[in-house]
Amino acid sequence: MEGEWLSLVWLLLIAFAIFMYVLLDGFVLGIGILFPFAPSDQDRDAMMMSVAPIWDGNETWLVLGVGGLLAVFPVAYAIVLPALYLPFIFMLLGLIFRGVAFEFRFKADKSRRTWDRSFQLGSVVATFFQGVVLGSFVQGFEMQGEMFAGSTFDWLTPFGLLVGVALVLGYALLGSTWLIIKAPGELEGWARKVTVRLLFAVLAAIAIISVWVAFLNETIQARWFSLPNFYVLSQVPLATAVTGFLLWYTATRGHRIAPFVLTMVLFTLGYLGLAISLWPNIVPHEIPYWEAAAHRDSQLFLLVGAIITLPAIFFYTTYSYYVFRGKVGRDLTY
Amino acid sequence: MIDALLLARLQFAFTVTFHIIFPAFTIGLASWLAMLEFLWLRTGKPAYESLYRFWVKIFAVSFGLGVVSGIVMSFQFGTNWSAFTEASANVIGPLLGYEVLTAFFLEATFLGIMLFGMGRVPRAVHFFATLMVAFGTLLSAFWILSANSWMQTPAGYVYEDGVFYPDSWLEIIFNPSFPYRLAHMVAAAYLSTCFIVAGVAATYLLRGRFPRRAGLTLRLAVIFASIVVPLQIVIGDLHGLNTQEHQPVKVAAMEGNWESRTHAPLVLFAIPDEEAERNRLEISIPGLASLILQHDVAGRIDGLKDFPADERPPVGWVFYSFRVMVGLGLLMLFAAWAGLYHLWKGTLESTRWLLKLYRWMTPAGLIALVAGWFVTEIGRQPYVIYGMMRTSEGVSPVPGASVGTSLALFVLVYGVVFGAGMYYVLKLIRHGPVEVERPPREGAATVRRPLSVPADTIEDPT
Repeated sequence: MEGEWLSLVWLLLIAFAIFMYVLLDGFVLGIGILFPFAPSDQDRDAMMMSVAPIWDGNETWLVLGVGGLLAVFPVAYAIVLPALYLPFIFMLLGLIFRGVAFEFRFKADKSRRTWDRSFQLGSVVATFFQGVVLGSFVQGFEMQGEMFAGSTFDWLTPFGLLVGVALVLGYALLGSTWLIIKAPGELEGWARKVTVRLLFAVLAAIAIISVWVAFLNETIQARWFSLPNFYVLSQVPLATAVTGFLLWYTATRGHRIAPFVLTMVLFTLGYLGLAISLWPNIVPHEIPYWEAAAHRDSQLFLLVGAIITLPAIFFYTTYSYYVFRGKVGRDLTY
Repeated sequence: MIDALLLARLQFAFTVTFHIIFPAFTIGLASWLAMLEFLWLRTGKPAYESLYRFWVKIFAVSFGLGVVSGIVMSFQFGTNWSAFTEASANVIGPLLGYEVLTAFFLEATFLGIMLFGMGRVPRAVHFFATLMVAFGTLLSAFWILSANSWMQTPAGYVYEDGVFYPDSWLEIIFNPSFPYRLAHMVAAAYLSTCFIVAGVAATYLLRGRFPRRAGLTLRLAVIFASIVVPLQIVIGDLHGLNTQEHQPVKVAAMEGNWESRTHAPLVLFAIPDEEAERNRLEISIPGLASLILQHDVAGRIDGLKDFPADERPPVGWVFYSFRVMVGLGLLMLFAAWAGLYHLWKGTLESTRWLLKLYRWMTPAGLIALVAGWFVTEIGRQPYVIYGMMRTSEGVSPVPGASVGTSLALFVLVYGVVFGAGMYYVLKLIRHGPVEVERPPREGAATVRRPLSVPADTIEDPT
């Protein structure tokens, strides 16, 4: 392996930060996606309250992922962000409308509907374009040396759009299983029903995308289907199927926390499948991670900070989840 | 053909100017809240509690706007300035990374407890959360200003084949302009908040609302301002001397000084004419610029003409912004000391012209702060990394049409979001720091919302 251990550690850390973002903001965005379908306004209040104290910390993982990428793999950062210029801008605008809705909605009387819509559309747009970014990333970019050489709308492909839709469904599933934990009374029952429906859609989307990715290019195809790789790697789709079944089982049998955990497992398996397909490239099909790395001293300097701060971050994040544990109350007046 | 570079610059200028307002306000507000909560814990007086609960709602709105506009910034280094990022990431990247790790998580997580945790955690823990949020805002300022200062006065690096490599992290972080910029910015943020707080209190007093709470607030604000405004003027002077040493052309533009000379006059007002390389309608005081910058009337000062035209910043922007900042600074000094005089005489709350002045000066600190940023950021043009990399060399390979589209969208969306934010803040101010109702304890199931103020219960208890 040509890469240094330091770059590998950082690759894992960045991948971890982005994955934390996907899981943590995933369920918050999922709440936004499900928002208009909730049975009543009171339910919408409860849904928003289930995430209001923690959404900001969750979103910070995105800043760590993208800021970390800048710091330790600047070549990848400088290629991917311009290449996906418009999807990133649309995602950011979605996140703005989603974020301000938290502050404005409870404050509004007449314009409450406006911020309901801002919350929902912002969540859908942000999620959809995160999916488009992911889909386009997997497909790869037109490059000239170490510069993006494609055009403005390269991301507008059937595959990119499909992944966008799939991620909307996936985040909605994270949201609905989160609600099973947090929602009071009838809303919990509603969340269980929604979970089952979403589960089938998500599993179908995973199946289509997996097959599509496998035949996207020859390297990926060879990686999955050559022997003996196949024996080991075929465990991933098998585990996905088992997880899907368990999720259905626990969601319909009244388990409270298991569905959310299993949805996270589902996402982990998808992420793992993606990593297997793309390894060891950080700009897919073009640049392996060690060639995109920042200078050794820069990686080392930030790693010291990460080793010191990350345990503290885990500690106080866990504490804040602990403070706001349990079902959301119905009484929300100040 | 649309100029992609110009659009990218406009977009960065617009989004960062919009963004800076909120962190600047919340840096000061977080510390103000920490003080109020401390006083409340110590004295148990309900006035402090109601003031805390009032300002924390305004804090929530401002912080939210800061968060959503801040995320945009973390992407723009890549979407719009990828060449700059590739060249400088080895140095700038870890500083931004440290900001996320030490400040952003701390602020975001404890904000949840600060806003929603009252009644769920012990009061001491809640105070700790407020302290952590305040501490986080200051840590964030530390790292981002370190990165910004490095771009102004790069140090501790090795430059090879168009890429910057770290040599000494201490020299990078504590680069020559950083201590001055940090002190100047934090003081500016505190003063911005101080004048907003004073303006709101003065407005209540003028209308005869909440006289005791507003009076208390105004007294604290006046005492704070009368110490920190003069301190800020001294810091600003030191910062100016530091700039004179490292970026003399910026200072020449600030002063509107074209010729290199001794006994340089201080230009009070003029219209700089960049084509003719001279000032029109100049009103100046002989020798004063030399005295301020060299602390000697006969001191020699570089003029703009000492630098090639393509090394000079846009003079007008820097020149006028500087005058706005200094003018407001002097006005703030007058307002603070006039307030101190009336506080000593016991007439602070009844001197209507002064209260009206405070009301008018509500945004004075913020405007001065933004003008100051214009001075320092436009003043270091045409460089993005001073003396090393031109702004024009840092731009992303993104077509002008894309950047134009995103710029238009940002202007539109920020306009809507800022308008709504202002509307809700004004609504909160109209409602005011009312008496805190004590609902019967209902256990942990009750979640308090920071912003939900029923509009129909507005009445003044005092």
